[in-house]
Order: sequence, then structure tokens, then C-alpha cells
Amino acid sequence: MSKVRVLVGTKKGAFILTADGKRQNWEVSGPHFGGWEMYHLKGSPVDPNRIYASQTSGWFGQIIQRSDDGGQTWEAPGGGMTTTPEGMPKVESNKFVYEGEVGTHKWYDGTQHPWEFKRVWHLEPSLTDPDTAYAGVEDAGIFKTTDGGKTWQELSGLRNAKGHLWQPGAGGMVVHTIILDPKNANRIYIAISAAGAFRTDDGGKTWRPINRGLKSQYELPDPAAEVGHCVHRITMHPSRPDVLFMQKHWDVMRTDNAGEQWSEVSGNLPSDFGFPIDVHAHEPETIYVVPITSDSLHYPPDGKLRVYRSKTGGNDWEALTKGLPQKDCYVNVLRDAMCVDSLEPCGVYFGTTGGQVYGSADSGNSWNPIVRDLPAVLSVEVQTLL
Amino acid sequence: MIRVVLPYHLRNLARVEGEAQLEVASPVTVRAVLDALETRYPVLRGTIRHHDTLKRRPFIRFFACKEDLSLESPDTPLPEAVVNGAEPFLVIGAMAGG
Repeated sequence: MSKVRVLVGTKKGAFILTADGKRQNWEVSGPHFGGWEMYHLKGSPVDPNRIYASQTSGWFGQIIQRSDDGGQTWEAPGGGMTTTPEGMPKVESNKFVYEGEVGTHKWYDGTQHPWEFKRVWHLEPSLTDPDTAYAGVEDAGIFKTTDGGKTWQELSGLRNAKGHLWQPGAGGMVVHTIILDPKNANRIYIAISAAGAFRTDDGGKTWRPINRGLKSQYELPDPAAEVGHCVHRITMHPSRPDVLFMQKHWDVMRTDNAGEQWSEVSGNLPSDFGFPIDVHAHEPETIYVVPITSDSLHYPPDGKLRVYRSKTGGNDWEALTKGLPQKDCYVNVLRDAMCVDSLEPCGVYFGTTGGQVYGSADSGNSWNPIVRDLPAVLSVEVQTLL
Repeated sequence: MIRVVLPYHLRNLARVEGEAQLEVASPVTVRAVLDALETRYPVLRGTIRHHDTLKRRPFIRFFACKEDLSLESPDTPLPEAVVNGAEPFLVIGAMAGG
């Protein structure tokens, strides 16, 4: 019997929602790590019981948690109590220190400002090894663990991709998206808010911007700017790793050549501003976005919460409204808060800043709230358990 | 034996019930207490002071004997009442809400 497990990160703890393959009756577990900001939880594709979680606090900093039993119990890898000082393990599971010279990036006043680690926004477990995972962090950087989260090393080449020109936006300067190419182990895509999209083809040693075709006329005076674009989210269908879809600050974009050139596919959307974007599990040309009114008004147009679906890879969009509030709704859906399962029909899930998690068991045709009253949702990931 | 009172979230994180009790060699300073605390509970590394600089995190304060010691040098000896266990050393999550 198939099963799904939805991992929800919120401003005040993590929640785990489980259901069988029908996805009608849900059990809710949590809060885990109550009171902490849980930016992201994600399971290993190789071992679904292995889940990594980013636990953060303005007071106490960054903690990485790991579960090896599907979220029932957790530990900071290697961070337990020691019995003797001599037995002290070299625990660095919470330690994110930039490699080499810290370097500087552009600050709001145009001066250069040193990189300062703040938190882990996104965790991306390896497609082949449960002990390997990547972490996207603020200030923008990418770290890698190969020992199950005990130690993390920066892939510092990313900051050489014109890092001195990156400048934080209102939401910070963050690596929030990491996409591993399932057909090429050396290729990774990442996205940085207010800097753009980047790609490595050598496993993370060197990176280059892939932003040609993006237009940010309200934010960047140079129409050909190589960096500085505020990419909100990128997604990919695993069967076609050269095709990427992007929700930018404004504009929904696609590329068919691994980011060499992007083109706009916003089409008939009521607003092309938004945060999340995702692809149907079985239909690589079917994509989902949640339009938000504008950069100044972070809530849905007309108070109607509508997911938009394109079955043509963009341009031609339909509103999905059944089961979603169609009046007086002023929540936002953040960039990491939408996902799809791989059952048939495909399940789609998203969480809101109002604490609702909605699920659809029919590819978005109809929706139901799984939970209504959680803290503000930061991230939603789903595991399909067969 | 040095008694250390941790804030709620750090007690949960380190799985400490009540006070942490630590053997700390003389001279007993803030630095020595935190070194011993992090040795006993490695998960606390980085939560009270930064990993690389070992500077106190901005919203953490250190209290003892009704005094705020946060701005003292970490190498200043702690009061005798803390050293002999009569009073605890308090790690406080500062008021920083709104």
C-alpha cells in the first residue's frame, strides 16, 4: 500500500502529515522542535527514513537535525552528550564556516560587505548517497556534507561567480534552490535571490551565471546584466534535466538548454509575480504557480487563492480554484512551500503564511485543507513511500 | 561543581533536565564554563557563542549573582558563589521580541 509523508517547516516548529495513497485521511505529528524556525526538511531519495532538517533561531543560531526513522526521532548528527572530556567528538554538525578568505559582496549603500553566515534555507539530499547532502545558506553559499550531516564544507567556487556584485534584497541574499541533475552527477543548478541562477558542471568546483534572457527592468538598469536577477524558484522534471522552469520576482520563465537562454512563459497569468513553481510528476510540460498580486502586495490577486496550471509548459494557464478560498484570502505561499508526490494521479501540496497546508490528490483539479491552523508555513516537501 | 542554568530551547536541545552541572578547573571564568559546557554537550556549540570567533551571540546574556556579566571579558574570574556552587551561572535568551 502506497503512502505519502508531507514534511512541513513552519516559523514555530515542524509538522509531519501522513496518509495512505488515497490521500483523504491525514494524521498530523508535531510540533517537532516547537518554537524554532524550521526552514526546510527533506528526505533522502535513496533512504526515505533519512530526513535532514534545518532548525534555526535568532537567539541560538543554526542546528542541523537528522532522522533515521522517518521523523519519529531526531538527533543533531554526532551532537549528543559526551561522558568524558577525553571522549569529546569533534562535532561540527552546526558549523557553517565559509572557506578561505571570507570575501565581500555588494551592500545596500554600494560598498563591499563581508559574507556573514545566518541560516540554512534549503537542504538537498543526494540522489545516490543518503550520507551526502547540500545546504543552501544565507548569506549566499552552498555547503556539502558527505558524512550524514556531521560536518559541512563550503563549495566556495560559487562565490567566485561574480560574488562581489551580488547584493541582498529585502529577503536577504540566499541560496534557496538546489537542483541535482539526475543524468549528470557533476551538474548542479542553484538560485540566489537578488543574484540569479548559477550552474556547475564539475561537481561544484566552478560555477557560472545562467541568466541570459532574464529581464529585470524595474530592478536592474542594465538589460544584459549577468547577475542581480531576483530568482525566486527553479524547478525541473527529472526526465528532462535540461528543461528548467523559473518563477522570477516578476515573470515565469523557461529554458530548454540548461539555462543558456531563458524565455518568458507568463502568458495569461493574472500576475506573473510569485514564489513557488513546480512540475507535475508524470507530465513534464505541466507546471504549477501561485500568482501573487505584486512585489508590494504579497497576497493573491482579488483575495482569491488560485493555483495556476499550464499543461503546455507555460503561456497558456488555467486557474485551479476548487476547494481553495475565493474571497477574503490574503496569505502568501513561499518559494519552498509547494511540492508534488509521484503517485497516480499526481498529488500537489502547498502551504501558506496563514498556516494552511492544502493538498490535491488529482493533479490540482480539486483541493482540500490538510491542516488549517499551523504557524506560518516556510516549506513543504512530500515523500512518496511505496 | 559549577551549576549552569540554560534557557528552555537549549535545555531541550541538549536534553538537559534542570541545571547542567560541570566540573571546571580553576580559574573559573565564563570562557572555562562555556568550554566545559560545550565539551559535555557538543550540540550547544555555536548556539551560545559563534563557532569561529567564540564571541557571545547577540541575543545571549550571562548572569550570575544578580549581575549581568555579558560585557565582561570572558577571562574574568566568576564570583566565588558560582565557583563553590552556591549560585548558578545563567545563560539567558535576551528579550528581543516585539
